[in-house]
Amino acid sequence: MVGLRTVYAWEIRKLLRQKRTYIGVALAIGFPALFVIALSLQTGEPDDIAFGRYVRESGLAIPPVMLIFGSIWLFPLITSLVAGDIVAAEDHNGTLKTILTRSVGRGRVFTAKVLAALTYALFALFLMGIVALIGGVLMSGFHPLTTLSGTTVSSKKALLLLVVCFGIYFLPLIAVASIALLLSTLTHNSAGSVVGALAISILLQLVAILPGLESLQPYLLPNQFNAWQGLLRTPADWAPVIRAAWVCALYAAPCLAWAAWSFSRRDVTGG
Amino acid sequence: MAADARATASDAPPISVRGLVKRYGDVTAVAGVDLTVEAGDVYGYLGPNGAGKTTVLRMLLGLIRPTSGEVRVFGRDPQSDPVGALRGVAGFVEAPKFYPYMTGRKNLELLADLDGGDARSRIGEALDIVELTERAKHKVGGYSHGMRQRLGVAAALLRNPQLLLLDEPATGLDPAGMRDMRALVARLSQAGTTVLLSSHLLNEVEELCNRVAIVRTGTFVFEGRLDELRASMGGDWRLRTTDDVRALAVLAEAPGITNPRADGLEVRFDASEAAVEALSVRLVEAGLAIRALAPHAAALEDLFFSLTEGDANAGAVQGPGAAGDPEGASGDPESAAGNPESAAGDLENAAGDPAGPSATPGEDA
Ligand SMILES: Nc1ncnc2c1ncn2[C@@H]1O[C@H](COP(=O)(O)OP(=O)(O)O)[C@@H](O)[C@H]1O
Ligand SMILES: [Mg+2]
Repeated sequence: MVGLRTVYAWEIRKLLRQKRTYIGVALAIGFPALFVIALSLQTGEPDDIAFGRYVRESGLAIPPVMLIFGSIWLFPLITSLVAGDIVAAEDHNGTLKTILTRSVGRGRVFTAKVLAALTYALFALFLMGIVALIGGVLMSGFHPLTTLSGTTVSSKKALLLLVVCFGIYFLPLIAVASIALLLSTLTHNSAGSVVGALAISILLQLVAILPGLESLQPYLLPNQFNAWQGLLRTPADWAPVIRAAWVCALYAAPCLAWAAWSFSRRDVTGG
Repeated sequence: MAADARATASDAPPISVRGLVKRYGDVTAVAGVDLTVEAGDVYGYLGPNGAGKTTVLRMLLGLIRPTSGEVRVFGRDPQSDPVGALRGVAGFVEAPKFYPYMTGRKNLELLADLDGGDARSRIGEALDIVELTERAKHKVGGYSHGMRQRLGVAAALLRNPQLLLLDEPATGLDPAGMRDMRALVARLSQAGTTVLLSSHLLNEVEELCNRVAIVRTGTFVFEGRLDELRASMGGDWRLRTTDDVRALAVLAEAPGITNPRADGLEVRFDASEAAVEALSVRLVEAGLAIRALAPHAAALEDLFFSLTEGDANAGAVQGPGAAGDPEGASGDPESAAGNPESAAGDLENAAGDPAGPSATPGEDA
């Protein structure tokens, strides 16, 4: 049987040859770029959100601000744009029968698709971070960053912390990607899956602010998008990070298991 | 990889199917099929649209799950061991599909990598065989139906298959494309490839296949060798000689000849192949020169239609190898009436193909 690496490499090549891939990339570049441009054209700062009031003190404050903005719809959208399409596109093109009659099992094809979708989300996330950092440093310089506890960390340490923060931010994106992959596998419809996954992640944000459900909040998906903030405190608060890890796993694992089961058993009748 | 593929082929037959049933909700697409394809066969799976041909091929390729019954490809179950069962197997169902945003060559590179082994080294040759080398650098999105069909054949050739599954491969091809496709199948078969070919075109199956299954609404109405089928139908023959009057006299006395009749410039009669052989000797002995002695061309076609349309006579012509399905043979008028379109389409196709029966495989190879 052909190795996972070969199948994965072709999933990535397929992504590189499709236009929709570049929509997400353009969003990941354009969003922080526009934000920095808008900031440099005016005088105020978005001081109603964490790190917002430091954007003119240090360029390192821009990436965290982007993470906070991006959790509402931008990153769920970029992630599901590919994850919601990656299985359904095969249905749309009728190509499942083409690749499933070669020397590779369904499990391997599905695994490669999951890995490719996650690779894309991770790539877009860090791309946005890099653009935000470059833009921020150009605007406000590479200066020490004020944490959420009011303390100051050196710019080098802040940069390192930010990399870890972006890694933590990836956890809820895995959950979103898994939901999108499940919809993509079950519905065979790409547009429906992208919109569906986005709608679910926005709905969960609404659930999180429903009165009476406050006690549930820490376990809902939207909260996990804030887990990284624990690291930008002194002392660092790892509790939300650990919770994010298992809460996101609780979302992702059943979705992926269901999707994999459905993919491996389904009748390939289209095409 | 190719080496162990050869090893598995020696014992188990390429295809062995027992009691195969596939239902979609209340539609029974395949209703109890038994099928054995031996190494070296070119097996024709013949039936009108909706007879369940594609569904059987999908089950052979492991794309769909049988409702019940057993499928073995080189002795392996495509459901539990898809990669193992399809080792040495290639083909496609319905129109072959590719990634429209990639070039023809890139698509083949992808598939070759998913095949592993030395498949990549066959890309150039496969493109040459289907005459797509020139267009391989263009995106598949811009290909015509015929070009995609040819790319599908090239994709199958990458696997260097021992068993080739083709689902109505001539569909949508122009006459030259059909001729090339048939020539290729004939050539692969001569090189030792076993072929299962579904078709709704009788002349295609007649030209290429040694064995045939005729299917109607999911079941076999005939299964056996084509020559057995011809023999079993007590064929309708036509004869041209230098003297029709004396020919009719000879016919009247010859054994195994029934219903001799003058028909314009020729004489028609019903007989088995063996009786015809004896007859030709008698005619010559009687001093008659034979200008033509051949099965009436439309006879097999008539039989095909009568079988697939569920004619009440269908039971009478089951060959020795027939799967013997009483339901299929008894013919219910409902399903006979239900498919007038496909029968008409077949006629049209048969008549409208200038390359038709006269095209000999390999003549342009
Ligand atoms: N995915 C499906 N869902 C429901 N019915 C189907 C499906 N695929 C095929 N059928 C039905 O099964 C029967 C056989 O179809 P098919 O195998 O495509 O026939 P053929 O290839 O001989 O034209 C038809 O009646 C068809 O409508
Ligand atoms: Mg079909």
